[in-house]
Amino acid sequence: MELEQDLMVSERKKKPFRWHVLVFLAPAVIVYTMIMILPLAETLRFSFFQRDTITQAISFVGLENYIKLFFDPYWVEPFLNSLWNNCYFFLIHMLVQNPIGILIAALLSMVHLPGKKLYRIAIFMPTLLSFVVVGFVWKLMLSPLWGVSKGLMKSVGVGSWYLPFLGKEETALTTLSLISVWQFIGIPMMLIYAALLSIPDEVIEAAECDGVTGISQFFKIKLVLILPTIGIISILTFVGNFNAFDLIYTTQGPLAGPNFSTDLLGTILYRTFYGQQLQPGDPNMGAAIATVMFFIILTGVAIYLFFIQRKLTRYEM
Amino acid sequence: MAISRARRNRIAELGAHVILLTFAVIALFPVLLILINSLKTKKAIFRQPLEFPTSETLDLVGYSTVLQQGNFPLYFWNSLFVTGASLCLILLFGAMAAFALSEYRFRGNRLMGLYMALGIMIPIRLGTVGILRLMVTTDLVNTHWALILVYTAQGLPLAIFILSEFMSTVSSDLKSAGRIDGLSEYSIFFRLVLPLIRPAMATVAVFSMIPIWNDLWFPLILAPAEHTKTLTLGAQVFVGQYSNNWNAILAAMALAVIPVLILYTLFSRQLIRGLTSGAVK
Repeated sequence: MELEQDLMVSERKKKPFRWHVLVFLAPAVIVYTMIMILPLAETLRFSFFQRDTITQAISFVGLENYIKLFFDPYWVEPFLNSLWNNCYFFLIHMLVQNPIGILIAALLSMVHLPGKKLYRIAIFMPTLLSFVVVGFVWKLMLSPLWGVSKGLMKSVGVGSWYLPFLGKEETALTTLSLISVWQFIGIPMMLIYAALLSIPDEVIEAAECDGVTGISQFFKIKLVLILPTIGIISILTFVGNFNAFDLIYTTQGPLAGPNFSTDLLGTILYRTFYGQQLQPGDPNMGAAIATVMFFIILTGVAIYLFFIQRKLTRYEM
Repeated sequence: MAISRARRNRIAELGAHVILLTFAVIALFPVLLILINSLKTKKAIFRQPLEFPTSETLDLVGYSTVLQQGNFPLYFWNSLFVTGASLCLILLFGAMAAFALSEYRFRGNRLMGLYMALGIMIPIRLGTVGILRLMVTTDLVNTHWALILVYTAQGLPLAIFILSEFMSTVSSDLKSAGRIDGLSEYSIFFRLVLPLIRPAMATVAVFSMIPIWNDLWFPLILAPAEHTKTLTLGAQVFVGQYSNNWNAILAAMALAVIPVLILYTLFSRQLIRGLTSGAVK
Protein backbone atom coordinates (compact mmCIF):
# COMPACT_ATOMS: atom_id res chain seq x y z
CA MET A 1 0.00 0.00 0.00
CA GLU A 2 2.68 2.43 1.03
CA LEU A 3 4.83 1.36 -1.81
CA GLU A 4 1.98 1.96 -4.20
CA GLN A 5 1.51 5.46 -2.89
CA ASP A 6 5.21 6.11 -3.16
CA LEU A 7 5.14 4.99 -6.72
CA MET A 8 2.26 7.26 -7.50
CA VAL A 9 3.90 10.27 -5.91
CA SER A 10 7.18 9.70 -7.63
CA GLU A 11 5.38 9.23 -10.93
CA ARG A 12 3.54 12.48 -10.52
CA LYS A 13 6.74 14.29 -9.66
CA LYS A 14 8.76 12.79 -12.44
CA LYS A 15 6.26 13.39 -15.24
CA PRO A 16 8.00 15.76 -17.63
CA PHE A 17 6.14 18.01 -20.00
CA ARG A 18 4.83 15.83 -22.80
CA TRP A 19 6.00 17.67 -25.90
CA HIS A 20 4.62 15.03 -28.24
CA VAL A 21 1.04 15.90 -27.25
CA LEU A 22 1.69 19.45 -28.32
CA VAL A 23 3.35 18.34 -31.54
CA PHE A 24 0.41 16.11 -32.42
CA LEU A 25 -2.16 18.79 -31.71
CA ALA A 26 -0.41 21.90 -32.97
CA PRO A 27 -0.78 21.69 -36.78
CA ALA A 28 -4.52 21.02 -36.71
CA VAL A 29 -5.24 23.57 -34.01
CA ILE A 30 -3.15 26.26 -35.70
CA VAL A 31 -4.65 25.82 -39.17
CA TYR A 32 -8.18 25.56 -37.80
CA THR A 33 -7.79 28.59 -35.56
CA MET A 34 -6.02 30.76 -38.11
CA ILE A 35 -8.21 29.99 -41.11
CA MET A 36 -11.56 29.27 -39.54
CA ILE A 37 -12.05 30.64 -36.04
CA LEU A 38 -10.15 33.92 -36.28
CA PRO A 39 -11.69 34.92 -39.64
CA LEU A 40 -15.11 34.10 -38.21
CA ALA A 41 -14.40 36.33 -35.22
CA GLU A 42 -12.97 38.94 -37.55
CA THR A 43 -16.17 38.83 -39.59
CA LEU A 44 -18.23 39.42 -36.45
CA ARG A 45 -15.98 42.35 -35.52
CA PHE A 46 -16.05 43.73 -39.04
CA SER A 47 -19.81 44.02 -38.93
CA PHE A 48 -19.52 46.87 -36.41
CA PHE A 49 -17.45 49.02 -38.78
CA GLN A 50 -18.29 50.98 -41.89
CA ARG A 51 -16.40 52.85 -44.57
CA ASP A 52 -17.19 56.52 -44.82
CA THR A 53 -18.51 57.28 -48.32
CA ILE A 54 -16.60 60.57 -48.56
CA THR A 55 -13.36 60.14 -46.65
CA GLN A 56 -13.11 56.37 -47.32
CA ALA A 57 -11.91 55.94 -43.74
CA ILE A 58 -13.17 52.90 -41.87
CA SER A 59 -14.56 53.66 -38.46
CA PHE A 60 -16.49 51.99 -35.67
CA VAL A 61 -20.22 52.51 -36.11
CA GLY A 62 -21.66 50.25 -33.43
CA LEU A 63 -24.88 48.56 -34.43
CA GLU A 64 -25.52 50.83 -37.38
CA ASN A 65 -25.12 48.09 -39.98
CA TYR A 66 -27.61 45.92 -38.13
CA ILE A 67 -30.06 48.79 -37.72
CA LYS A 68 -29.82 49.38 -41.46
CA LEU A 69 -30.28 45.70 -42.18
CA PHE A 70 -33.36 45.34 -39.99
CA PHE A 71 -35.06 48.74 -40.37
CA ASP A 72 -34.00 50.44 -43.59
CA PRO A 73 -36.57 49.33 -46.20
CA TYR A 74 -33.83 49.25 -48.83
CA TRP A 75 -32.14 46.46 -46.89
CA VAL A 76 -34.86 44.81 -44.86
CA GLU A 77 -37.12 43.91 -47.77
CA PRO A 78 -34.58 41.86 -49.71
CA PHE A 79 -33.25 40.44 -46.45
CA LEU A 80 -36.66 39.24 -45.26
CA ASN A 81 -37.41 37.98 -48.75
CA SER A 82 -34.27 35.84 -48.75
CA LEU A 83 -34.89 34.66 -45.19
CA TRP A 84 -38.40 33.58 -46.09
CA ASN A 85 -37.17 31.89 -49.28
CA ASN A 86 -34.55 30.09 -47.24
CA CYS A 87 -37.17 28.81 -44.78
CA TYR A 88 -39.28 27.60 -47.69
CA PHE A 89 -36.22 25.93 -49.24
CA PHE A 90 -35.60 24.13 -45.96
CA LEU A 91 -39.26 23.16 -45.57
CA ILE A 92 -39.32 21.52 -49.02
CA HIS A 93 -36.22 19.53 -48.11
CA MET A 94 -37.76 18.36 -44.85
CA LEU A 95 -41.07 17.44 -46.49
CA VAL A 96 -39.73 15.84 -49.66
CA GLN A 97 -36.09 14.83 -49.29
CA ASN A 98 -36.20 13.19 -45.89
CA PRO A 99 -39.47 11.20 -46.23
CA ILE A 100 -38.42 9.94 -49.67
CA GLY A 101 -34.98 9.12 -48.26
CA ILE A 102 -36.62 7.08 -45.51
CA LEU A 103 -38.89 5.36 -48.02
CA ILE A 104 -35.97 4.38 -50.28
CA ALA A 105 -33.92 3.17 -47.32
CA ALA A 106 -36.84 1.10 -46.04
CA LEU A 107 -37.37 -0.46 -49.44
CA LEU A 108 -33.65 -1.15 -49.79
CA SER A 109 -33.59 -2.94 -46.47
CA MET A 110 -36.54 -5.04 -47.63
CA VAL A 111 -35.27 -6.20 -50.99
CA HIS A 112 -33.15 -9.36 -50.99
CA LEU A 113 -31.78 -9.31 -54.49
CA PRO A 114 -28.38 -8.38 -55.89
CA GLY A 115 -29.93 -5.39 -57.68
CA LYS A 116 -29.98 -3.59 -54.37
CA LYS A 117 -26.38 -2.45 -54.65
CA LEU A 118 -27.01 -0.96 -58.07
CA TYR A 119 -29.99 1.02 -56.79
CA ARG A 120 -27.89 2.46 -54.02
CA ILE A 121 -25.08 3.41 -56.37
CA ALA A 122 -27.48 5.00 -58.86
CA ILE A 123 -29.52 6.97 -56.34
CA PHE A 124 -26.44 8.25 -54.53
CA MET A 125 -24.68 9.34 -57.73
CA PRO A 126 -26.12 12.90 -58.03
CA THR A 127 -24.72 13.77 -54.58
CA LEU A 128 -21.24 13.60 -56.05
CA LEU A 129 -21.88 15.99 -58.90
CA SER A 130 -20.79 19.58 -58.66
CA PHE A 131 -23.44 22.27 -58.41
CA VAL A 132 -22.29 23.63 -61.73
CA VAL A 133 -23.17 20.38 -63.42
CA VAL A 134 -26.41 19.91 -61.52
CA GLY A 135 -27.49 23.48 -62.13
CA PHE A 136 -26.80 23.49 -65.83
CA VAL A 137 -28.11 20.02 -66.51
CA TRP A 138 -31.46 20.95 -65.03
CA LYS A 139 -31.44 24.38 -66.55
CA LEU A 140 -30.98 22.84 -69.97
CA MET A 141 -33.57 20.14 -69.37
CA LEU A 142 -36.19 22.59 -68.15
CA SER A 143 -35.39 25.17 -70.78
CA PRO A 144 -38.21 25.86 -73.22
CA LEU A 145 -35.55 26.02 -75.94
CA TRP A 146 -34.74 22.34 -75.55
CA GLY A 147 -37.97 20.43 -75.66
CA VAL A 148 -36.86 17.61 -73.37
CA SER A 149 -39.03 18.22 -70.34
CA LYS A 150 -41.98 19.31 -72.44
CA GLY A 151 -41.65 16.21 -74.58
CA LEU A 152 -41.39 13.97 -71.54
CA MET A 153 -44.42 15.56 -69.91
CA LYS A 154 -46.37 15.16 -73.14
CA SER A 155 -45.50 11.49 -73.27
CA VAL A 156 -47.13 10.94 -69.87
CA GLY A 157 -50.10 13.05 -70.86
CA VAL A 158 -49.47 16.22 -68.86
CA GLY A 159 -47.92 18.28 -71.63
CA SER A 160 -50.26 21.18 -70.94
CA TRP A 161 -48.77 21.52 -67.45
CA TYR A 162 -45.42 22.51 -68.85
CA LEU A 163 -44.13 25.89 -67.77
CA PRO A 164 -40.67 27.41 -68.00
CA PHE A 165 -40.35 26.38 -64.36
CA LEU A 166 -37.11 28.20 -63.61
CA GLY A 167 -38.22 31.36 -65.34
CA LYS A 168 -41.46 32.01 -63.51
CA GLU A 169 -41.50 33.71 -60.15
CA GLU A 170 -44.17 31.39 -58.76
CA THR A 171 -42.40 28.14 -59.60
CA ALA A 172 -38.68 28.96 -59.63
CA LEU A 173 -37.95 28.46 -55.94
CA THR A 174 -39.94 25.24 -55.66
CA THR A 175 -38.20 23.91 -58.76
CA LEU A 176 -34.77 24.75 -57.36
CA SER A 177 -35.63 23.14 -54.02
CA LEU A 178 -36.66 19.98 -55.83
CA ILE A 179 -33.46 20.01 -57.89
CA SER A 180 -31.53 20.25 -54.64
CA VAL A 181 -33.57 17.36 -53.25
CA TRP A 182 -32.74 15.36 -56.36
CA GLN A 183 -29.07 16.05 -55.76
CA PHE A 184 -28.91 15.24 -52.05
CA ILE A 185 -31.47 12.47 -51.57
CA GLY A 186 -28.59 9.99 -51.35
CA ILE A 187 -27.43 11.27 -47.97
CA PRO A 188 -30.60 10.58 -45.93
CA MET A 189 -31.01 7.34 -47.86
CA MET A 190 -27.54 6.10 -46.89
CA LEU A 191 -27.63 7.22 -43.26
CA ILE A 192 -31.08 5.75 -42.65
CA TYR A 193 -30.21 2.57 -44.49
CA ALA A 194 -27.20 2.18 -42.18
CA ALA A 195 -29.37 2.87 -39.14
CA LEU A 196 -31.93 0.30 -40.26
CA LEU A 197 -29.21 -2.30 -40.76
CA SER A 198 -27.89 -1.73 -37.27
CA ILE A 199 -31.20 -2.67 -35.64
CA PRO A 200 -30.45 -6.04 -34.06
CA ASP A 201 -32.24 -9.14 -35.33
CA GLU A 202 -33.47 -9.97 -31.83
CA VAL A 203 -35.61 -6.83 -31.75
CA ILE A 204 -37.20 -7.67 -35.09
CA GLU A 205 -37.69 -11.32 -34.09
CA ALA A 206 -39.32 -10.27 -30.83
CA ALA A 207 -41.65 -7.99 -32.76
CA GLU A 208 -42.53 -10.79 -35.14
CA CYS A 209 -43.28 -13.11 -32.23
CA ASP A 210 -45.70 -10.50 -30.97
CA GLY A 211 -47.31 -10.40 -34.38
CA VAL A 212 -45.99 -6.97 -35.33
CA THR A 213 -44.97 -7.27 -38.97
CA GLY A 214 -44.81 -5.40 -42.22
CA ILE A 215 -45.81 -1.76 -42.28
CA SER A 216 -46.88 -1.56 -38.66
CA GLN A 217 -43.54 -3.08 -37.67
CA PHE A 218 -41.81 -0.34 -39.63
CA PHE A 219 -43.74 2.52 -38.04
CA LYS A 220 -43.98 1.15 -34.51
CA ILE A 221 -40.48 -0.23 -34.09
CA LYS A 222 -37.96 0.61 -36.77
CA LEU A 223 -38.95 4.24 -37.22
CA VAL A 224 -38.76 4.82 -33.47
CA LEU A 225 -35.33 3.24 -33.30
CA ILE A 226 -33.94 5.37 -36.11
CA LEU A 227 -35.29 8.68 -34.76
CA PRO A 228 -31.82 9.83 -33.63
CA THR A 229 -30.56 9.38 -37.19
CA ILE A 230 -33.51 11.36 -38.52
CA GLY A 231 -32.59 14.09 -36.03
CA ILE A 232 -29.00 14.19 -37.31
CA ILE A 233 -30.21 14.31 -40.91
CA SER A 234 -32.55 17.19 -40.08
CA ILE A 235 -29.80 19.28 -38.56
CA LEU A 236 -27.44 18.49 -41.44
CA THR A 237 -30.17 19.57 -43.85
CA PHE A 238 -30.74 22.74 -41.85
CA VAL A 239 -27.09 23.77 -41.84
CA GLY A 240 -26.68 22.90 -45.52
CA ASN A 241 -29.81 24.78 -46.57
CA PHE A 242 -29.14 27.96 -44.65
CA ASN A 243 -25.70 28.04 -46.18
CA ALA A 244 -26.80 27.25 -49.74
CA PHE A 245 -25.52 29.43 -52.53
CA ASP A 246 -23.97 27.44 -55.35
CA LEU A 247 -27.09 25.97 -56.92
CA ILE A 248 -28.84 29.34 -57.12
CA TYR A 249 -25.71 31.00 -58.45
CA THR A 250 -25.19 28.45 -61.21
CA THR A 251 -28.80 28.29 -62.40
CA GLN A 252 -30.10 31.79 -61.79
CA GLY A 253 -26.95 33.89 -61.48
CA PRO A 254 -26.01 36.17 -58.58
CA LEU A 255 -29.23 38.17 -58.97
CA ALA A 256 -31.26 35.09 -58.00
CA GLY A 257 -33.90 35.73 -60.63
CA PRO A 258 -36.59 36.00 -61.72
CA ASN A 259 -37.05 39.17 -59.70
CA PHE A 260 -35.18 37.82 -56.64
CA SER A 261 -37.74 35.06 -56.20
CA THR A 262 -34.96 32.52 -55.55
CA ASP A 263 -32.80 34.76 -53.37
CA LEU A 264 -31.36 32.91 -50.38
CA LEU A 265 -29.22 34.21 -47.52
CA GLY A 266 -26.13 32.90 -49.30
CA THR A 267 -26.84 34.79 -52.52
CA ILE A 268 -27.71 38.02 -50.73
CA LEU A 269 -24.45 37.70 -48.79
CA TYR A 270 -22.54 37.26 -52.02
CA ARG A 271 -24.22 40.24 -53.69
CA THR A 272 -23.77 42.50 -50.71
CA PHE A 273 -20.16 41.51 -50.31
CA TYR A 274 -19.24 41.78 -53.98
CA GLY A 275 -21.72 44.32 -55.21
CA GLN A 276 -24.06 43.95 -58.16
CA GLN A 277 -24.88 45.90 -61.27
CA LEU A 278 -25.96 49.16 -59.64
CA GLN A 279 -24.34 48.96 -56.27
CA PRO A 280 -20.72 48.62 -55.18
CA GLY A 281 -19.68 45.87 -52.80
CA ASP A 282 -19.99 46.50 -49.10
CA PRO A 283 -17.89 44.07 -47.05
CA ASN A 284 -19.08 45.51 -43.76
CA MET A 285 -22.76 44.96 -44.55
CA GLY A 286 -21.75 41.56 -45.89
CA ALA A 287 -20.15 40.82 -42.54
CA ALA A 288 -23.36 41.86 -40.80
CA ILE A 289 -25.39 39.46 -42.96
CA ALA A 290 -22.86 36.68 -42.36
CA THR A 291 -23.16 37.32 -38.63
CA VAL A 292 -26.94 37.05 -38.78
CA MET A 293 -26.58 33.77 -40.72
CA PHE A 294 -24.12 32.58 -38.10
CA PHE A 295 -26.65 33.17 -35.34
CA ILE A 296 -29.48 31.56 -37.31
CA ILE A 297 -27.39 28.43 -37.79
CA LEU A 298 -26.18 28.52 -34.20
CA THR A 299 -29.77 28.78 -32.96
CA GLY A 300 -30.80 25.83 -35.10
CA VAL A 301 -27.90 23.72 -33.86
CA ALA A 302 -28.57 24.73 -30.24
CA ILE A 303 -32.27 23.84 -30.52
CA TYR A 304 -31.24 20.48 -31.91
CA LEU A 305 -28.62 19.79 -29.25
CA PHE A 306 -30.57 20.95 -26.21
CA PHE A 307 -34.15 20.11 -27.06
CA ILE A 308 -34.43 17.56 -29.83
CA GLN A 309 -31.42 15.39 -29.13
CA ARG A 310 -32.19 15.24 -25.40
CA LYS A 311 -35.80 14.24 -25.98
CA LEU A 312 -34.82 11.44 -28.30
CA THR A 313 -34.18 8.34 -26.33
CA ARG A 314 -31.18 6.49 -27.55
CA TYR A 315 -31.74 2.78 -27.40
CA GLU A 316 -28.66 0.75 -26.73
CA MET A 317 -28.41 -1.55 -29.66
CA MET B 1 -51.89 -19.43 -45.20
CA ALA B 2 -48.15 -19.73 -45.55
CA ILE B 3 -48.42 -19.69 -49.32
CA SER B 4 -50.52 -16.58 -49.43
CA ARG B 5 -48.08 -14.85 -47.16
CA ALA B 6 -45.18 -15.80 -49.36
CA ARG B 7 -47.05 -14.54 -52.36
CA ARG B 8 -47.81 -11.28 -50.60
CA ASN B 9 -44.13 -10.90 -49.85
CA ARG B 10 -43.34 -11.56 -53.49
CA ILE B 11 -45.76 -8.83 -54.55
CA ALA B 12 -44.38 -6.40 -51.98
CA GLU B 13 -40.87 -7.09 -53.19
CA LEU B 14 -41.89 -6.49 -56.78
CA GLY B 15 -43.45 -3.19 -55.75
CA ALA B 16 -40.24 -2.24 -53.96
CA HIS B 17 -38.25 -2.96 -57.11
CA VAL B 18 -40.57 -0.85 -59.23
CA ILE B 19 -40.28 2.14 -56.87
CA LEU B 20 -36.51 1.81 -56.47
CA LEU B 21 -36.06 1.46 -60.21
CA THR B 22 -38.07 4.64 -60.75
CA PHE B 23 -35.88 6.58 -58.36
CA ALA B 24 -32.72 5.14 -59.88
CA VAL B 25 -33.86 6.20 -63.35
CA ILE B 26 -34.72 9.70 -62.11
CA ALA B 27 -31.26 9.94 -60.54
CA LEU B 28 -29.40 8.79 -63.65
CA PHE B 29 -31.52 10.22 -66.46
CA PRO B 30 -30.23 13.83 -66.50
CA VAL B 31 -26.59 12.77 -66.53
CA LEU B 32 -27.20 10.18 -69.23
CA LEU B 33 -29.02 12.80 -71.28
CA ILE B 34 -26.00 15.11 -71.13
CA LEU B 35 -23.57 12.34 -72.03
CA ILE B 36 -25.47 11.13 -75.08
CA ASN B 37 -26.29 14.59 -76.40
CA SER B 38 -22.73 15.80 -76.03
CA LEU B 39 -21.87 13.39 -78.84
CA LYS B 40 -24.47 14.60 -81.31
CA THR B 41 -24.87 17.27 -83.95
CA LYS B 42 -26.70 20.42 -82.99
CA LYS B 43 -29.66 19.46 -85.13
CA ALA B 44 -29.94 16.08 -83.48
CA ILE B 45 -29.67 17.60 -80.01
CA PHE B 46 -32.82 19.56 -80.67
CA ARG B 47 -34.72 17.12 -82.91
CA GLN B 48 -34.13 13.84 -81.08
CA PRO B 49 -32.79 14.69 -77.63
CA LEU B 50 -33.68 11.28 -76.24
CA GLU B 51 -32.00 9.15 -78.88
CA PHE B 52 -28.54 7.68 -78.76
CA PRO B 53 -26.14 9.09 -81.35
CA THR B 54 -26.12 7.20 -84.62
CA SER B 55 -23.45 7.30 -87.30
CA GLU B 56 -25.41 10.10 -88.94
CA THR B 57 -25.82 12.27 -85.88
CA LEU B 58 -22.47 11.61 -84.23
CA ASP B 59 -20.47 14.83 -83.88
CA LEU B 60 -17.60 15.61 -81.57
CA VAL B 61 -17.44 19.32 -82.39
CA GLY B 62 -18.40 20.20 -78.79
CA TYR B 63 -15.39 18.41 -77.37
CA SER B 64 -12.99 19.97 -79.85
CA THR B 65 -14.37 23.44 -79.02
CA VAL B 66 -13.92 22.83 -75.32
CA LEU B 67 -10.42 21.49 -75.70
CA GLN B 68 -9.37 24.30 -78.01
CA GLN B 69 -10.98 27.24 -76.27
CA GLY B 70 -11.01 26.31 -72.65
CA ASN B 71 -8.03 25.74 -70.46
CA PHE B 72 -9.62 22.54 -69.23
CA PRO B 73 -6.47 20.46 -68.76
CA LEU B 74 -5.08 23.25 -66.57
CA TYR B 75 -8.34 23.56 -64.60
CA PHE B 76 -8.37 19.83 -64.12
CA TRP B 77 -4.82 19.87 -62.82
CA ASN B 78 -5.66 22.76 -60.48
CA SER B 79 -8.63 20.88 -59.03
CA LEU B 80 -6.56 17.74 -58.70
CA PHE B 81 -3.71 19.52 -56.96
CA VAL B 82 -5.89 21.53 -54.59
CA THR B 83 -8.03 18.54 -53.67
CA GLY B 84 -5.07 16.20 -53.30
CA ALA B 85 -2.99 18.55 -51.18
CA SER B 86 -5.94 19.44 -48.96
CA LEU B 87 -6.76 15.78 -48.44
CA CYS B 88 -3.18 14.97 -47.43
CA LEU B 89 -3.13 17.79 -44.91
CA ILE B 90 -6.59 16.93 -43.55
CA LEU B 91 -5.65 13.29 -43.08
CA LEU B 92 -2.22 13.93 -41.57
CA PHE B 93 -3.15 16.79 -39.24
CA GLY B 94 -6.55 15.30 -38.48
CA ALA B 95 -5.11 11.90 -37.53
CA MET B 96 -2.41 13.50 -35.39
CA ALA B 97 -4.89 15.65 -33.50
CA ALA B 98 -7.34 12.77 -33.15
CA PHE B 99 -4.54 10.64 -31.72
CA ALA B 100 -3.58 13.33 -29.21
CA LEU B 101 -7.19 13.79 -28.14
CA SER B 102 -8.05 10.11 -27.80
CA GLU B 103 -4.73 8.76 -26.51
CA TYR B 104 -3.53 11.21 -23.89
CA ARG B 105 -5.21 12.66 -20.89
CA PHE B 106 -4.29 16.26 -20.34
CA ARG B 107 -5.95 19.30 -18.92
CA GLY B 108 -8.40 20.84 -21.38
CA ASN B 109 -8.67 17.68 -23.45
CA ARG B 110 -12.46 17.68 -23.54
CA LEU B 111 -12.61 21.41 -24.14
CA MET B 112 -10.20 21.08 -27.04
CA GLY B 113 -12.38 18.34 -28.52
CA LEU B 114 -15.44 20.57 -28.29
CA TYR B 115 -13.53 23.49 -29.79
CA MET B 116 -12.53 21.42 -32.80
CA ALA B 117 -16.06 20.01 -33.12
CA LEU B 118 -17.52 23.51 -33.45
CA GLY B 119 -16.43 23.55 -37.06
CA ILE B 120 -18.57 20.54 -37.96
CA MET B 121 -21.73 22.56 -37.55
CA ILE B 122 -20.63 26.06 -38.50
CA PRO B 123 -19.93 26.57 -42.18
CA ILE B 124 -16.55 28.14 -42.86
CA ARG B 125 -18.19 30.18 -45.60
CA LEU B 126 -19.55 32.60 -43.00
CA GLY B 127 -16.02 33.74 -42.26
CA THR B 128 -15.40 34.65 -45.89
CA VAL B 129 -15.00 38.36 -45.20
CA GLY B 130 -12.27 37.64 -42.65
CA ILE B 131 -10.66 34.92 -44.77
CA LEU B 132 -10.39 37.19 -47.79
CA ARG B 133 -8.75 39.90 -45.69
CA LEU B 134 -6.33 37.36 -44.26
CA MET B 135 -5.44 36.08 -47.73
CA VAL B 136 -4.99 39.63 -49.02
CA THR B 137 -2.64 40.57 -46.19
CA THR B 138 -0.61 37.38 -46.57
CA ASP B 139 -0.59 37.82 -50.36
CA LEU B 140 -2.12 34.41 -50.97
CA VAL B 141 -5.03 35.51 -53.16
CA ASN B 142 -5.01 33.69 -56.49
CA THR B 143 -2.70 30.97 -55.29
CA HIS B 144 -3.44 27.30 -54.75
CA TRP B 145 -2.41 27.65 -51.14
CA ALA B 146 -5.30 29.96 -50.30
CA LEU B 147 -7.70 27.21 -51.31
CA ILE B 148 -5.69 24.41 -49.76
CA LEU B 149 -5.53 26.15 -46.39
CA VAL B 150 -9.25 26.94 -46.39
CA TYR B 151 -10.22 23.41 -47.36
CA THR B 152 -7.88 21.95 -44.76
CA ALA B 153 -9.47 24.08 -42.04
CA GLN B 154 -12.91 23.14 -43.36
CA GLY B 155 -12.19 19.41 -43.40
CA LEU B 156 -10.32 19.05 -40.11
CA PRO B 157 -13.24 19.14 -37.63
CA LEU B 158 -15.13 16.23 -39.17
CA ALA B 159 -11.90 14.31 -39.80
CA ILE B 160 -10.87 14.65 -36.16
CA PHE B 161 -14.33 13.64 -35.00
CA ILE B 162 -14.50 10.49 -37.12
CA LEU B 163 -10.86 9.49 -36.61
CA SER B 164 -10.90 9.83 -32.83
CA GLU B 165 -13.89 7.47 -32.70
CA PHE B 166 -11.78 4.91 -34.54
CA MET B 167 -8.58 5.63 -32.60
CA SER B 168 -10.27 4.63 -29.38
CA THR B 169 -10.95 1.18 -30.83
CA VAL B 170 -7.25 0.46 -31.39
CA SER B 171 -6.19 -1.99 -28.69
CA SER B 172 -4.24 -0.39 -25.88
CA ASP B 173 -2.25 -3.62 -25.35
CA LEU B 174 -0.61 -3.08 -28.69
CA LYS B 175 0.40 0.44 -27.79
CA SER B 176 1.67 -0.64 -24.35
CA ALA B 177 3.69 -3.37 -25.99
CA GLY B 178 5.17 -0.80 -28.32
CA ARG B 179 6.06 1.45 -25.39
CA ILE B 180 7.71 -1.40 -23.52
CA ASP B 181 9.76 -2.14 -26.63
CA GLY B 182 10.98 1.41 -26.42
CA LEU B 183 9.11 2.91 -29.35
CA SER B 184 8.71 6.66 -29.16
CA GLU B 185 5.23 8.15 -29.13
CA TYR B 186 5.79 9.25 -32.71
CA SER B 187 6.62 5.78 -33.95
CA ILE B 188 3.66 4.38 -32.03
CA PHE B 189 1.45 6.78 -33.95
CA PHE B 190 3.02 6.44 -37.38
CA ARG B 191 3.95 2.76 -37.30
CA LEU B 192 1.32 1.13 -35.12
CA VAL B 193 -1.82 3.24 -35.12
CA LEU B 194 -1.93 4.80 -38.58
CA PRO B 195 -1.83 1.49 -40.49
CA LEU B 196 -4.66 0.17 -38.32
CA ILE B 197 -7.02 3.05 -39.01
CA ARG B 198 -6.53 3.04 -42.77
CA PRO B 199 -10.19 2.15 -43.46
CA ALA B 200 -11.33 5.13 -41.39
CA MET B 201 -8.87 7.33 -43.25
CA ALA B 202 -10.41 6.20 -46.55
CA THR B 203 -13.86 7.13 -45.27
CA VAL B 204 -12.66 10.55 -44.19
CA ALA B 205 -10.89 11.06 -47.51
CA VAL B 206 -14.02 10.34 -49.51
CA PHE B 207 -16.19 12.51 -47.29
CA SER B 208 -13.81 15.45 -47.43
CA MET B 209 -13.09 15.12 -51.11
CA ILE B 210 -16.59 15.64 -52.49
CA PRO B 211 -17.22 19.15 -51.13
CA ILE B 212 -13.69 20.29 -51.96
CA TRP B 213 -13.80 19.08 -55.55
CA ASN B 214 -17.24 20.59 -56.13
CA ASP B 215 -16.82 23.89 -54.29
CA LEU B 216 -17.60 27.01 -56.26
CA TRP B 217 -17.65 29.68 -53.53
CA PHE B 218 -13.99 29.84 -52.51
CA PRO B 219 -12.48 29.48 -55.99
CA LEU B 220 -14.79 32.31 -57.06
CA ILE B 221 -13.68 34.55 -54.21
CA LEU B 222 -10.12 33.55 -53.39
CA ALA B 223 -8.69 32.23 -56.65
CA PRO B 224 -10.60 33.39 -59.73
CA ALA B 225 -7.45 34.01 -61.80
CA GLU B 226 -7.02 32.01 -64.98
CA HIS B 227 -3.99 30.09 -63.72
CA THR B 228 -5.68 28.97 -60.48
CA LYS B 229 -9.24 28.29 -61.70
CA THR B 230 -10.55 24.94 -60.58
CA LEU B 231 -12.54 22.69 -62.86
CA THR B 232 -15.80 23.66 -61.18
CA LEU B 233 -15.21 27.37 -61.60
CA GLY B 234 -13.75 26.90 -65.08
CA ALA B 235 -16.81 24.97 -66.22
CA GLN B 236 -19.07 27.64 -64.71
CA VAL B 237 -17.27 30.44 -66.54
CA PHE B 238 -17.06 28.50 -69.78
CA VAL B 239 -20.76 27.75 -69.78
CA GLY B 240 -21.48 31.42 -69.17
CA GLN B 241 -19.34 32.46 -72.14
CA TYR B 242 -20.62 29.85 -74.54
CA SER B 243 -24.23 29.99 -73.51
CA ASN B 244 -25.48 29.62 -77.09
CA ASN B 245 -23.12 26.90 -78.19
CA TRP B 246 -25.01 23.84 -77.05
CA ASN B 247 -22.45 21.38 -78.33
CA ALA B 248 -19.73 23.08 -76.33
CA ILE B 249 -21.81 23.37 -73.14
CA LEU B 250 -22.87 19.75 -73.24
CA ALA B 251 -19.31 18.63 -73.90
CA ALA B 252 -18.00 20.78 -71.03
CA MET B 253 -20.62 19.27 -68.71
CA ALA B 254 -19.74 15.78 -69.87
CA LEU B 255 -16.03 16.44 -69.28
CA ALA B 256 -16.80 17.68 -65.78
CA VAL B 257 -18.94 14.61 -65.03
CA ILE B 258 -16.76 11.87 -66.50
CA PRO B 259 -13.90 11.96 -63.95
CA VAL B 260 -16.44 11.90 -61.12
CA LEU B 261 -18.26 8.96 -62.68
CA ILE B 262 -15.02 7.02 -63.16
CA LEU B 263 -13.90 7.64 -59.59
CA TYR B 264 -17.35 6.78 -58.31
CA THR B 265 -17.56 3.45 -60.10
CA LEU B 266 -14.08 2.60 -58.82
CA PHE B 267 -14.66 3.63 -55.23
CA SER B 268 -18.40 3.27 -54.76
CA ARG B 269 -17.88 0.20 -52.60
CA GLN B 270 -15.53 1.98 -50.18
CA LEU B 271 -17.72 5.05 -50.17
CA ILE B 272 -20.88 3.15 -49.38
CA ARG B 273 -19.11 1.02 -46.83
CA GLY B 274 -17.82 4.19 -45.20
CA LEU B 275 -21.27 5.71 -45.11
CA THR B 276 -22.84 2.63 -43.67
CA SER B 277 -19.94 1.81 -41.35
CA GLY B 278 -21.03 0.82 -37.91
CA ALA B 279 -23.64 -1.41 -39.44
CA VAL B 280 -21.45 -4.43 -40.02
CA LYS B 281 -23.75 -7.14 -41.16
